[in-house]
Amino acid sequence: MRVTRDLDAAEEAVQDAYVQALRTWARGGVPDRPGAWLTTVARRTALNAMRHRQTLETKLPLLLEPEEAEMPEPDGDTIPDDRLRLIFTCCHPALAQEAQIALTLRLVCGVATADIAQAFLVAEATMAARLTRAKKKIAAARIPYTVPSGGDLAERVDAVLTVIHLLYATGHTAHSGEDLVRDELTGRALDLARMLALLLPADREAAGLLALLLVHHARRVTRTGAHGRLLRLEEQDRSAWDRDLIAEADRLLVAALRAGPAGRFVLQAAIAALHAQAPSSAETDWPQILTLYDELLRIWPSPVVALNRAVAVSMVDGPEAALAEVEALERDGRLATYRYLPATKADLLHRLGRDAEAADAYRAALALTGNAVEQEFLAQRVRSVGR
Amino acid sequence: MPQYAVLIFERVAPEDLPPEVMEAHGRLPERIAALGGREVAGMALQPSETATSIRGGVVTDGPFIETKEVLAGVFVIEARDLDHALALAKLTPIADGGVEVRPLLGFEVAEAS
Repeated sequence: MRVTRDLDAAEEAVQDAYVQALRTWARGGVPDRPGAWLTTVARRTALNAMRHRQTLETKLPLLLEPEEAEMPEPDGDTIPDDRLRLIFTCCHPALAQEAQIALTLRLVCGVATADIAQAFLVAEATMAARLTRAKKKIAAARIPYTVPSGGDLAERVDAVLTVIHLLYATGHTAHSGEDLVRDELTGRALDLARMLALLLPADREAAGLLALLLVHHARRVTRTGAHGRLLRLEEQDRSAWDRDLIAEADRLLVAALRAGPAGRFVLQAAIAALHAQAPSSAETDWPQILTLYDELLRIWPSPVVALNRAVAVSMVDGPEAALAEVEALERDGRLATYRYLPATKADLLHRLGRDAEAADAYRAALALTGNAVEQEFLAQRVRSVGR
Repeated sequence: MPQYAVLIFERVAPEDLPPEVMEAHGRLPERIAALGGREVAGMALQPSETATSIRGGVVTDGPFIETKEVLAGVFVIEARDLDHALALAKLTPIADGGVEVRPLLGFEVAEAS
């Protein structure tokens, strides 16, 4: 299967998928399937499952002995840490998500209100009011200052992980303005992910989120090149990736995959890790990635996940098959303002030699982005298909 | 314990509620008590067509805000905190709609003299 350059940006932009996804998907919740041991991937057929499990376990290098990589057993009488109580309170579902993010940055990370406002491109007074309203809601409605118990915990942890991931994604790609990366947000998000994994050592999804952020962080210096130009995955100098962070992510992933069924953060991390593992873009294990996306879509039926899966489909089954899926998503309508849909469609059309339609689709994507770096990238794509 | 209002919104008119929903409403106070809460009061409203609204002295037919999901009832519970209130509110039998949970400033029922 010939590896195409054109789709690299779309796949690279999977990070950005979640900024939108977190606002628009219907979340099925973290599945609880005790006894269903899923080490790595979905099962299309029993044969595939065996083959892929072996492939994934050999592809993620074990730098430590398996015993060291194991998750510690949860302590029966663990005293809940105050930071845990705080972060669960800040990320309570009764608060609007933007309030959750602001509160977490302010109360858990200690970031000044002015700095939070700047990071989210709002006036300081606006952000101050948002924080005040959230605190009033906590007091008036009596949101308890506790770590959630029992049946609620998985869902509440998922909400916290979502906030941290959204924080990272927002910093990773600014929605509008000149810069593609905002390091202060990504650094904070990574700190939070580390803290959460430390405080919830038995939580596989917390480990999965940390692994995911570590992989993205390992690759951050190569996202843009000279003059801040957006670089496609294929153009990035892989020797500049932080191999220590990738190795740390691998250790977390192997342990999480061994400890139980994979949730959506573990699966996303596994996909990112497979990209990071490939010595070159051309050697990316797309069939494995597709199988991971199959499972991710099954437990997290979001149109953004479906779009990113379509990119993997194009690499395994060809652009025609992928285009059919993208067009179905277009008709679905939920991604109407999501710039990566027309961008992905454009890449596929270009691969199929339909350059006039590709140019139209790139222009549609251009109209949907306010980010100057992405605008330049897309404008260049229009020129490159000769239109 | 703090008190919360639970507002019930239904697309289905009260006369069209399935019998199992009606029956479950009857059992709600004991289910709430089993979870450590208390139902203090409950009101079932007649269908929205029976409502009359007054705005700025002008009387009109129908509910104050026209919605597909209509306010069907309100009940008051006592709960330890919001998480407890939400757990209790989730017990509410609903045909097609949902509930709103709001903390009370106060709740008084006047004694008949």
